[in-house]
Amino acid sequence: MIGIYYPGTSWLHRAPPGLKLVMLLLFTTTIVIFRSLPVLAGAALLIFIAYTLARIPMGLALTQLRPLRWIVLLLMAFQWWLLGWERAIEIVGTLVLAVAAAALITLTTTTTAMLATLERMLTPARFIGVDIEKVALVLTLTIRVVPVIADIVGSVRDARRARGLERNARAFVTPVVIRTVGYSHDLGDALIARGVGD
Amino acid sequence: MIEFRDVCLTLNERPVLSDINAELAGPRVGIIGANGSGKTSLLRLINGLASPTSGSVHVLGLQPDRNGRAVRKKVSFLFSNPDAQIVMPTVAEDIAFSLRRHSLSDPERDLRVNQALHQVGLTEHHDHPAHALSSGQKQLLALASIIVTEPQILLCDEPTTLLDRRNTREVINVLNDLPITVVMSTHDLDLIRDWDRVLVVDGGRIIADTTGIEAIATYLKLVDS
Ligand SMILES: Nc1ncnc2c1ncn2[C@@H]1O[C@H](COP(=O)(O)OP(=O)(O)O)[C@@H](O)[C@H]1O
Ligand SMILES: [Mg+2]
Repeated sequence: MIGIYYPGTSWLHRAPPGLKLVMLLLFTTTIVIFRSLPVLAGAALLIFIAYTLARIPMGLALTQLRPLRWIVLLLMAFQWWLLGWERAIEIVGTLVLAVAAAALITLTTTTTAMLATLERMLTPARFIGVDIEKVALVLTLTIRVVPVIADIVGSVRDARRARGLERNARAFVTPVVIRTVGYSHDLGDALIARGVGD
Repeated sequence: MIEFRDVCLTLNERPVLSDINAELAGPRVGIIGANGSGKTSLLRLINGLASPTSGSVHVLGLQPDRNGRAVRKKVSFLFSNPDAQIVMPTVAEDIAFSLRRHSLSDPERDLRVNQALHQVGLTEHHDHPAHALSSGQKQLLALASIIVTEPQILLCDEPTTLLDRRNTREVINVLNDLPITVVMSTHDLDLIRDWDRVLVVDGGRIIADTTGIEAIATYLKLVDS
């Protein structure tokens, strides 16, 4: 699962979330603007060192990139065919490194700390009538809701298989929609009960 | 403590509760009744999730449909589905979320989070992602996120319906130890057998208000007829 905090005490864990966000922005901008094989190689080394210093296990680091695998393959093949292998590596490498860097920030920052920072950074938006606490909450809820929906999809898929309806799209979509709507009703009630909106 | 006066509740033109008159006071009040009898609706009226169509509800001297905010500071709600109650991605963060308006210092907040975690036996899961917990552990986490706010009344709506036997035991053990008023609806009759006060709800009415043993007898007669 992307974006889940991996507890630790490294300097990256202790660094202020705002600083980490700025570094991420600088890093990503740099590799996009100066896209060349030497810059990418340097950036890759930097990321590797940062993961090592943060003591993130190799397996967990690779898990962060797993969702990219098909996109990477497709993009690689396509760019190679269009622009040659050097450009292909540049483009795909930039993407992978940007995701790896972003994942490193979420692995070393608690959601609470990140939200507090985001709330502070978004403070100017308060003057144009944006409810910062709500925006921050929506961002957090998104992280929380993804695995729940994934569970719903998983159990519906299992139920469909058990009934021998693997190829029936309706036996999939209908229960997923019904259960997701039910879940969002329950979630709404729970949020009210926990004082959100009061 | 909780008072219903001539309460009726109609939802989408359907009468859901009628002629509810009751005074509920601690430490334990059970609610039993068939599916669709109105248990959930009754509980929702107490913390302002629903408003009476006519009549009035008073909780700790406040009216939940008018002072929802003040009521919800003192009255918490434990739902059946543990997944829907957990808002934050990790265990400790979810408990801390309950304290977001308590203006505590970081060490004070951490202390209270750890106490709540200890109380429900989830200390070692402090930094774990909430979705990695079992259903029972999730329900215990939801309970910890409630306990940490020190409510005066806890409403539980079939809190163990989605749990297996062992998880049910663990949740109930924590609930039993709470020194506050607990109002709980349930289908697990064993849980409320020893209680002094249990309501039987049927067709949107309270048809019995008595001890656990007698309430169960009334309910079973109802089911058989
Ligand atoms: N929003 C709604 N609109 C119409 N009818 C509802 C609504 N919510 C609940 N009901 C109906 O009210 C009755 C009582 O529901 P509920 O309080 O959930 O009962 P219980 O918790 O005992 O199963 C049921 O018949 C249900 O169908
Ligand atoms: Mg119910």
